[in-house]
Amino acid sequence: MIPGLITSDSIRPAKLALEDGTVVTGIAVGHEGETGGELCFNTSMSGYQEILTDPSYHGQIMMMTYPHIGNYGAMDIDTEAAGPMVAGLVVRQFTFRYSNQIADESLESFMRRHRLVGISGVDTRRLVLHIREKGVMNAVISSVDLDDASLVAKAKDWPSMDGLELASRVTTGSAYDFSSGDGARIAVYDFGVKQNILRSFRDRACTVRVFPASTPLAEVLAWSPDGLFFSNGPGDPRAMPATIATVRDAAATGLPMFGICLGHQLMALSQGLDVYKMYVGHRGANHPVQFLETGRVEVTTQNHGFAVDPKSLGGDAAELTHTNLNDSTVEGLRFKQFAGFSVQYHPEASPGPHDSQYLFDRFLELVRDVRGVESKPYVLPVR
Amino acid sequence: MPKRTDIHKILLIGSGPIIIGQACEFDYSGSQAARALRKEGYEVVLVNSNPATIMTDPVTADKIYLQELTPASIKEIVEKEQPDAVLPTMGGQTALNLADKLHQEGYWEKKGIHVIGVDIDAIHITEDRQLFRDLMERVGLDQAASRTAKSLLEAKEIAQELGGLPVVIRPSFTLGGTGGGIVWRQEDFDRKVMRGLELSPVHQVLIEECLFGWKEYELELLRDANDNVIIICSIENLDPMGVHTGDSVTVAPAQTLTDKQYQRMRDAAIRAMRSIGTFAGGCNIQFAFDPATARMIVIEINPRVSRSSALASKATGYPIAKVAARLAVGYTLDELRNEVTGTTSACFEPALDYVVTKIPRFNFDKFEGVDEELTTQMKAVGEVMAIGRTFPESLQKAWQSLENGYAGLGADRDEVFRKEVRERLVKPYWDRTLQIRNAFKMGASVDEVADVTKVDPWFLYQIQDIVRMEEEIRQRPLSRWDEAFMRSVKQYGFSDYQVAYLVPDPTTENDIRLFRQSLGVNPSYQVVDTCAGEFPAQTPYFYSTYETQTESSRSDREKIVILGSGPNRIGQGIEFDYSCVHGVLAAKEAGYEAIMINCNPETVSTDFDVADKLYFEPVFWEHVLNVCEHEKPMGVIVQLGGQTALKLARRFDDAGIPILGTSYDHMDLAEDRGRFSSLLRDMEIPYPPFGLARTVAEAVETAERIGYPLLVRPNYVLGGQGMRIAINKEEVEKYVNQIWKLLPDNPILLDLFLENAMELDVDVVRDGEDVWIAGIMQHIEPAGVHSGDSTAVLPPYNLPEEVLTTVRHYVVEIANKLDIIGLMNVQLVVKEGFVYVIEANPRASRTVPFVAKATGIPVTNIATRVILGEKLKDFRARGELESKLVGFAIKEPVFSWDKFPEVPKELGPEMKSTGEAIAFIDELTDDHFATAYAIRNLYLSR
Repeated sequence: MIPGLITSDSIRPAKLALEDGTVVTGIAVGHEGETGGELCFNTSMSGYQEILTDPSYHGQIMMMTYPHIGNYGAMDIDTEAAGPMVAGLVVRQFTFRYSNQIADESLESFMRRHRLVGISGVDTRRLVLHIREKGVMNAVISSVDLDDASLVAKAKDWPSMDGLELASRVTTGSAYDFSSGDGARIAVYDFGVKQNILRSFRDRACTVRVFPASTPLAEVLAWSPDGLFFSNGPGDPRAMPATIATVRDAAATGLPMFGICLGHQLMALSQGLDVYKMYVGHRGANHPVQFLETGRVEVTTQNHGFAVDPKSLGGDAAELTHTNLNDSTVEGLRFKQFAGFSVQYHPEASPGPHDSQYLFDRFLELVRDVRGVESKPYVLPVR
Repeated sequence: MPKRTDIHKILLIGSGPIIIGQACEFDYSGSQAARALRKEGYEVVLVNSNPATIMTDPVTADKIYLQELTPASIKEIVEKEQPDAVLPTMGGQTALNLADKLHQEGYWEKKGIHVIGVDIDAIHITEDRQLFRDLMERVGLDQAASRTAKSLLEAKEIAQELGGLPVVIRPSFTLGGTGGGIVWRQEDFDRKVMRGLELSPVHQVLIEECLFGWKEYELELLRDANDNVIIICSIENLDPMGVHTGDSVTVAPAQTLTDKQYQRMRDAAIRAMRSIGTFAGGCNIQFAFDPATARMIVIEINPRVSRSSALASKATGYPIAKVAARLAVGYTLDELRNEVTGTTSACFEPALDYVVTKIPRFNFDKFEGVDEELTTQMKAVGEVMAIGRTFPESLQKAWQSLENGYAGLGADRDEVFRKEVRERLVKPYWDRTLQIRNAFKMGASVDEVADVTKVDPWFLYQIQDIVRMEEEIRQRPLSRWDEAFMRSVKQYGFSDYQVAYLVPDPTTENDIRLFRQSLGVNPSYQVVDTCAGEFPAQTPYFYSTYETQTESSRSDREKIVILGSGPNRIGQGIEFDYSCVHGVLAAKEAGYEAIMINCNPETVSTDFDVADKLYFEPVFWEHVLNVCEHEKPMGVIVQLGGQTALKLARRFDDAGIPILGTSYDHMDLAEDRGRFSSLLRDMEIPYPPFGLARTVAEAVETAERIGYPLLVRPNYVLGGQGMRIAINKEEVEKYVNQIWKLLPDNPILLDLFLENAMELDVDVVRDGEDVWIAGIMQHIEPAGVHSGDSTAVLPPYNLPEEVLTTVRHYVVEIANKLDIIGLMNVQLVVKEGFVYVIEANPRASRTVPFVAKATGIPVTNIATRVILGEKLKDFRARGELESKLVGFAIKEPVFSWDKFPEVPKELGPEMKSTGEAIAFIDELTDDHFATAYAIRNLYLSR
């Protein structure tokens, strides 16, 4: 407990327990209660609200490496989904008193409103180094049970993410129209799609309809899309055989296809490539990715714990288009059997740099070439 | 693209003498660039007139020209060296302007020399207000709204359009912006517009939207030949627009922007950088940001390595200058590795998991009558940087680093008066963060302080938290402290000294230290790793905080700690960093693990690959002792870091940590003017008559006994601080009171001032038995002008041999008597053939780098090796003590008077110069000597 943190109205102790027996004490932030999930960390220095509301993080406890979190409060325009998607939040020094003239509320109030459990005042750097050495593991945060042994037991019992299908938990319940425009009609398979992906299509004058993850292909085709998009999302793609089959069938339609993150992995799996779980995933907004076609480097937002196995490339399924400059992981593929490509990282950013926005334009060029429908190129606003 | 093979020899232009606004950060960038280019196999030819730089050392470049930076001298070097390329982006605006000038002449083109690292055709755009504005508009970036008025009526209309006052008035085409400025009141508006219309040769004034109170940001960028751009660091100024960024308290990374706002700024920065031509290298872009509307305006672009890049390099661990130099020779970012992790790419944007605070250091006390208000004209002479896990911790550590007597953000002395706080808070002054703290201490609200200062409330909340913590400490007797409470106090950056002052129990700093340790609360050391812990890091670059795991493991090697020289000030500048770096290198050569402690981000010593281990920490006793307790060095070297390091000698001695070189007691003997003069008396060495005084009456009585004019100064002198020449009783009273205001509890020393005397500076090295006189310098100006402000000539130019024999004799005697091991500097005056000793400094002096450059002997390297046990006779036997000087070397002081137009230009016993240049001459008829000699008496005052 940090008695020095007198900025909170009432200080409540909280604990974070890892499945390997590590327990740390801090103060509770947000909702009073208990939560569990895979503990992962993100190195972005801004954009906490986008991260907390990113459906790809569903079920994970997010530890932010930047110490001050909550500085500019919370606001509607920074959400990527209806509410928080992470299972919990771990920070070094939570900001209770924010400063931002355009914010709606404090992060604390946002978390309470959405019943998101968090802990502050813990040595996050030590935990980051710990996970880096030992690999990702499950953890529990609690402000109601402060017994170390009991918390460690709960963390141990928490179901592993390995082999877990989670997209069905975050996908939309029914299909909805997101935008309508003069450009291409884009059908989005929602495995936990980030709002900014939809906004990126909307900004290019696309008509966008979002479909539940389990929608049969025929139903999507009945909407007569010009292109198919497979979204990001949480969980192990290898646990989604039905979806993989749908993607395979979609490839046969000849419609241009684009996938991001989980969508990328599903597209790879549908073409017989392999996917593996990483020791420590990539989560941050500073990963360098090289576009092999131009040699140009994009600073990218990443959030993934699975990746396409480069050893499975080389056949006639796909060609490597993007690679990670840090560890040479597969970052992008162009498929050989159909008009489509996919990336492991997040060109929609939010949070993070806008270097990869061109991929949306590329996809819409592909749609134009195949379908003859013109969309609007997008220019980043800088004023 | 791999590196260019069409170029082999590169000319690197330095930044010249240190002036306000262009300081030792360019030694850091220049030496980093030179080392990187040499490593790539290029031959580096370097030109700089500043002798006190590492970049001008043989360790840095292949060919070094210690010459003035003028087009003529550059041409001379080019003719001789025939370089293939010139890199002008590492030497500040001086180098860039010089390169631009020669480009305008068509010189580079004529010679077939490639200008690398910058688009030479585009740089003038960044210096021309209108061209810059037009360019930014053209690429779609916002600019402050403005319109030109030809009459008062028109001006009034425009002002109304802009939303009323305040507005900025800029008369068109007046020299240096004469007649311009912010207008707050209607009555001033009419007057200033009319004056502006009159002053302008075309009778026009520009009425511009005033950005006062907007937030200010800086981004540091790198760009390669393949047009990849990365942002190394975002920096947020705590001081809003209106204060020069060099004078602002700045924080990295940006704290109060949402990601969407930050990314918009990033996009704008990239677009702006790409608009200023095609080049590969570094760039700094400044933005103004309106918190109310989220409007964002590009204010300035520096297409070169800057002071902020040095800060950004130290703040993130990313070696900007080194990488920029490699990009300039053709590498692309994806081809370079991140040297910190060793395994990941250099093409990325560093992620911080700590907060960095920079506070500028000022020297207003040196300039009587100076206007201390901070404006858009830079006035700071140096800066400190501190790293903490949180902003409160880094802010307090930065205050501990400033070395102006504070043990943190206040909370270490009596409170000031409410009236003073109110007055200080209204305008930006150097101590603004402290005054904000004082305001909260007196019960002001965040809204009130935000309204007055325009500082973003986030920072104010954080400072208010520090004050709340302070209140908590005040109310809690030590009997109620536990481990958790102590840890959170330390996490808020409070020093043991502050805690001792605040707790209700009577206690001392040292008792608090022991109590803290008994609670098991010790600092942890974390790596500055560029990646927030995501990847293992290779670099031994650390900062302290109070986390639960230390990442700096102690090796088995024998260690030596070298104390750095802290923030640059007048009298304590780059010369000492020069000595520290050589001390580190010599200790490494001698096989020791060299550990550096310093807090000045502009320096070479804080480059992570200079020492074996770098602790970026305040040179403040608690932090220094913590490092020593963690590393357990064989000893510490305090004699290289100037007064900053030397001041801690007593405490090392008390703590039982061995001081390598001259012992504490002998150093004290030299430093205590009273003890030293008695020593001279015993040795029968003449010195000016003197007396000590503890009261004003005593001072006057002593003065009357000694006679006038006399020197009035505090007993322990810091670079001539507070020193004055008094010619009567009234002045003695006045100066004594002035000194006590600045340095209370310090006895006053009064010496007879020897008028029309000749002053000498002597640097020596002693190994315990043998003394080596490294150099004797004769001043051109008469005694009374501070040695740092004098033009000095090596060797002496008009002293008879018998006088020099006496000088040598005295200096050797003193060195022996003080049992000097290592360096000592002695100042003497010669009057009518008699030699008097004024003072002895048992440490590396300001003139050591000059002597080294003049004679070609690595003086500090030799001194350090002597400290570590080598003997002078061996150096002598190898011929390593032989001077290579032909003719004379002249050290010319350089001043920054233009920054303080309200201060009269006069010289006295208090040092005022900010930098120096070296010139080599064959004959005394040379202008470098003759001019200085002709005007030698002109500026002496008091």
